[in-house]
Amino acid sequence: MEKNKVIQVEGLTKNFGDFTAVNAITFDVKKGEIFGFLGANGAGKTTAMKMLIGISNPSSGKANVAGFDVQTEAEEIKKNIGYMSQKFALYDDLTVKENITFFGGIYGLSRKKIKEKSTLLIEELGLEKVANSLVGSLPLGWKQKISFSVSLIHDPKIVFLDEPTGGVDPITRRQFWELIYKAAHQGTTVFVTTHYMDEAEYCDRVSIMVNGKIEALDTPKKLKEQFNAEDMNDVFLKLARG
Amino acid sequence: MNTILFIIQKEFKQIFRNKGMLPIIFVMPLIQLIILSNAATFDVKNIKFGYVNHDHTSTSRALIEKFNASTYFNVLTNFPSEKLASQAMLNGEVDVVLEIPSYFERDFQKEKRSALGVTINAIDGAAAGIENVYVTQIIQSFNKDLKVNVSQYGQKQNQPIQITTIPSFWYNKTLNYKTFMVPGILVLLVTMITLFLSGMNIVREKEIGTLEQINVTPIKKSQFIIGKLFPFLVLGLAILSVGLLIAKLVFNVPMVGSLLLMYFYTSIYILVVLGIGLFISNYTDTQQQAMFIAWFFMVIFILMSGLFTPIESMPKWAQTITDFNPIKYFVEVLRMVMLKGSGFVDILPQLLKTLVFAIIMNGLAVWSYKKTN
Amino acid sequence: MKRFIGFIKKEFYHIFRDRRSLFILFGMPIAQILLFGFAITNEINNVDIAILDHSKDATTKEIINKISASKYFSINQFIEKEKDIEIVFKKGKVKAVLNFEKDFSKNLIKENNANIQVITDATDPNTANTISNYVNAILQNYLKEQNKGVVQAYKIIPQTHMVYNPELKSVYMFVPGVMTIILMLVSAMMTSISITKEKELGTMEILLVSPLKPFQVIIGKVFPYIFLSIINAIIIIVLSIFIFKMPVQGSLILLGLESILFIITALALGILISTISATQQTAMMISLMGLMLPVILLSGFIFPITSMPLPLQVISNIIPAKWFIIIIKGIMLKGVGLEFIWKETLILLGMTVFFIGLSVKKYKIRLE
Repeated sequence: MEKNKVIQVEGLTKNFGDFTAVNAITFDVKKGEIFGFLGANGAGKTTAMKMLIGISNPSSGKANVAGFDVQTEAEEIKKNIGYMSQKFALYDDLTVKENITFFGGIYGLSRKKIKEKSTLLIEELGLEKVANSLVGSLPLGWKQKISFSVSLIHDPKIVFLDEPTGGVDPITRRQFWELIYKAAHQGTTVFVTTHYMDEAEYCDRVSIMVNGKIEALDTPKKLKEQFNAEDMNDVFLKLARG
Repeated sequence: MNTILFIIQKEFKQIFRNKGMLPIIFVMPLIQLIILSNAATFDVKNIKFGYVNHDHTSTSRALIEKFNASTYFNVLTNFPSEKLASQAMLNGEVDVVLEIPSYFERDFQKEKRSALGVTINAIDGAAAGIENVYVTQIIQSFNKDLKVNVSQYGQKQNQPIQITTIPSFWYNKTLNYKTFMVPGILVLLVTMITLFLSGMNIVREKEIGTLEQINVTPIKKSQFIIGKLFPFLVLGLAILSVGLLIAKLVFNVPMVGSLLLMYFYTSIYILVVLGIGLFISNYTDTQQQAMFIAWFFMVIFILMSGLFTPIESMPKWAQTITDFNPIKYFVEVLRMVMLKGSGFVDILPQLLKTLVFAIIMNGLAVWSYKKTN
Repeated sequence: MKRFIGFIKKEFYHIFRDRRSLFILFGMPIAQILLFGFAITNEINNVDIAILDHSKDATTKEIINKISASKYFSINQFIEKEKDIEIVFKKGKVKAVLNFEKDFSKNLIKENNANIQVITDATDPNTANTISNYVNAILQNYLKEQNKGVVQAYKIIPQTHMVYNPELKSVYMFVPGVMTIILMLVSAMMTSISITKEKELGTMEILLVSPLKPFQVIIGKVFPYIFLSIINAIIIIVLSIFIFKMPVQGSLILLGLESILFIITALALGILISTISATQQTAMMISLMGLMLPVILLSGFIFPITSMPLPLQVISNIIPAKWFIIIIKGIMLKGVGLEFIWKETLILLGMTVFFIGLSVKKYKIRLE
């Protein structure tokens, strides 16, 4: 494996019966990159991501994440990645602090370390006031931010974000991307799916998936040139319409 | 180890934070224990009794008086005809009808024997059997009274031989049914609560999406399952403790055996139940499905446990099935230790079998929990 | 109307797509009826007993043979001293010990009387009492043979008729009970869960803003369960008639109608539960924990209601299952018609109306 490539995917495929959700995709992600994984709903983004984070077995093909094989070393991968699902997946009936403590504990952090981390996270997000409120009572935008921070609690090498900004307002989205930049700046590789095309502009490189295949992969700038488009939205529409 | 502690902590918080469930977990079972233990009795009392008397003589009246005096027979109704009596039985107003024929006294004095009609509603066969025993006892004792009356004239020699049986009821001299049922119902409550809660647990996390979040962490499968087991084990033991307290204080059930042994066995037993629950939870997709399956097995386990009906009466094949029923062993052990004071060696066979179940079920629970699919 | 039928169709699809639940829905009544019918009885058979014989003479041997020949008892072991009684009881297998006194034969000849102590493990008082009675009956029979030549004194002989169930079969008792339990729990639990599920997932709101009227939504949700419960009732009745030879003395049509009434009562209860619970979990725990034991214990299914303490007899009146059990037994075993069970029928009807009325009221309060 090349040293600066933290994700390497080759011919990765997933079939559900006759249906091919992910069709032999090949790409790689460099260390410290913000990699945008774009596609329409049902294009196969989430399925592909689930294979990369080791909770879904590929039907064929190979993938290497953080130096480990997804087929045989899934548990090793899990130590080195963070994940935020598109469905909000913290416990509504636990407080912000308790959620952070729980996930920190599961990742094997010491109590002392968890305490440090949670104070830091809560401060960074400006959540001091609601630190002891039940997560279920918070607005969606806050929940997403907490979710993101929790996925970073064990300082993973790569963080996978599945449509992290679905259903939140533009201001919160903006703030969210600031958090993503900050993480990337600190050396975390960010792998993010989205269908907001304006967000694609924030990525270092993007791939666009159509019907289980990656149809385009480059920097946003080059893609716009290649497709002779005004913005990423235009690129996407041109691709999707064939 | 540390990881497990975090899961345990989280589970406890969630249990105690769910205000809607707390009363269902803690209060409902105990109320049921207090109320239902009174209901579960095979004693036959207050028998609805009626009679038709065609022989208005002192003998027949004496016989009816005898029934009247008995504590088992409650409502005495005098029916003018058989037809009305059987009508009343159809209506469910009366369960036993005594029919005294005309010439009852005359036959008796002339032929030294006379017949008596007894009609019993036998839909509940067991109760009918007992009612029959009571009727027979009263008539026998009436016979004896008559014998005494006539024995002045009787011949001394050629007396019939007799064997006297002296019944002796151990461990429960007064045949108090509650002593028997309270431990049994306690078993049910502990089992139901732990099975249903554990059965819903993992599948609930599946439904709300948090399970996926846990699956992307490096947690070991066994750590996860152990972390899930422990809080429910504590919960089960807590219910057992309060239940035992109620048994002692409210029902005055004797506790002859070692409490330590009871808790030790119960812990292993609860692990079996939780293993089953978590296995169901892993295997199903929705809470509804999980509960349905849990309920199905629960009903069969209860009915095949010897809790209400004796296992020895079952046919051989059915007894073989009960060997695989963990509730059966728990019912046996709790009754043995509580009421008879059986020791470790006495319950060793049950203990070992339960242990084997615990290992198999929890093995299955760990195995069926798939982090990757 | 067309919309409504479409909605019901959707509900059916939901149910039939879930194979596992469906399998249990129909497997359960079959399994339970078979278990009950064949395996579960409160008669006693083959009870293990032990013998402590201090005489070991011809008479005791004869009596022991008589006892071991009966189908009620099987002799598990012979013990030698009183101390062993405690040991065998603690092991739990042996339920009774017959203790023959010393010089049993001699006493019988000399004094016309000898003693046997029947020691029973009365942790199960019912079995203990029955064992005691059966031993007595066997001895009485033995004595009757022995005393043949002796003139008996005056005697009144009762001629007992066991009506409605001459062979005292437990199946007659259990089939109505199982049918009631299954119909009650399936109908109440399944409806309460399926309605709360829509609430939890937020799809209930979507249904309520649709042009369907609220009562149409509810009827649409419960209709498939009425259908499934009726099939269940039919399975149970067919099994009990053909496998267990349960008689149906009365009208099969009346039995069917009453069953439908009871199913509707249970569904109404399910709807009520769904209006008071916010999550599926709560609905399930209420219908499982709250209904299962009371239905088993307070309905007269296993334990006779008349023997219960008065307060419980009063409480048992609010259990719909109690009334339905009376109705089924009346129709199947006694062969009565509506003129005998109209009271019970009215009570069920009243309960149904009450449950529905309360649900509607609760429902309106929430909407306002």
